[in-house]
Amino acid sequence: MSRRPVAVALSLLVPGALGWAALAPVEAVSREELFEIPPGTSARRIAGEELEILPQTIRLGVNDVLVLKNADAAPHVFGPTLIMPGQTFRLPFTTAATYSFLCTAHADGQLNVIVAPRPAAGWERLRWRWSTLTNAG
Amino acid sequence: MTVRSRPILAAALLAVLVAGAAIAFFTGEAAQPQALRAGAFDPPHAAPEFALRGSDGSEVTLARYRGKVVLLTFGFTHCAAVCPTTLATLAQARSGLGEAADSVQVIFVTVDPERDSAAHMREYLAAFDRGFIGATGTPEALAEAREAYGVTATREGTGPDYAMAHTSSIFLIDRTGRLRAVMPFGHDAADFVHDVAFLLES
Repeated sequence: MSRRPVAVALSLLVPGALGWAALAPVEAVSREELFEIPPGTSARRIAGEELEILPQTIRLGVNDVLVLKNADAAPHVFGPTLIMPGQTFRLPFTTAATYSFLCTAHADGQLNVIVAPRPAAGWERLRWRWSTLTNAG
Repeated sequence: MTVRSRPILAAALLAVLVAGAAIAFFTGEAAQPQALRAGAFDPPHAAPEFALRGSDGSEVTLARYRGKVVLLTFGFTHCAAVCPTTLATLAQARSGLGEAADSVQVIFVTVDPERDSAAHMREYLAAFDRGFIGATGTPEALAEAREAYGVTATREGTGPDYAMAHTSSIFLIDRTGRLRAVMPFGHDAADFVHDVAFLLES
């Protein structure tokens, strides 16, 4: 008899939480994608070593922030800009689109950032929240 | 609904809210957006100085505009799409700033000194905003300025109708001459108004 309230609460809680996760709008989500130029990069490049620190294409979501950090002792053109030693560059993306930047770090001189739109309400949003939740752990 | 079931329902609704808040917290949905809409440098350094020939006949340096927010961009007047779009956006942003527009200076550094004379740039820029200033110089001085900002410019095509592929970002320099941020091409005037207002207040 005493288990009944718990069962009723759970029967409301589980579908309620799933419904919230599937339907609640995704607003201020902001995740950071960090890429770092490690110390010694300049010396290794001068020595003729080929280094691919930044991928040709980076995939982000709306409101995500691309973080580029230069931990080397020399300035580097890294993605869309020149970054001084010890400096971090934080570039937010608020609109879903494909962005192309001139980038001398790549062989073809181009860096692409693909920003995916917010997940649509329903199964897509539920799956996105589940994936974000499990990745955050 | 019975009187006894009401507390249970209330507890379940509260639990849903708590679960939602917890999911939002752990998925990062409670994160605060950063202050600038442009890409920001941390820590900011002094913006590289240059001394070029201005479209008004004077010397253009950053020191000359200390106390103002400088929006620095590189381009060429024969550009078909990117440069006119950037300049139109910056003009719209300046007019959106109202009285604060007087505290903003747009500098347009040419990547095509062969065709962009000071006089031609003055006429071209005036079509967007009479407050804009163009900057040109020797190919070496311009190349040096580009290198200091990590800007690239490559000639494309032959003959008189050649084009220039170039970095299209806009550099945001604060009132003390520090390079604070870079706005990639494609942002609208509202983003510039937001970031310039932030730099003027900070």
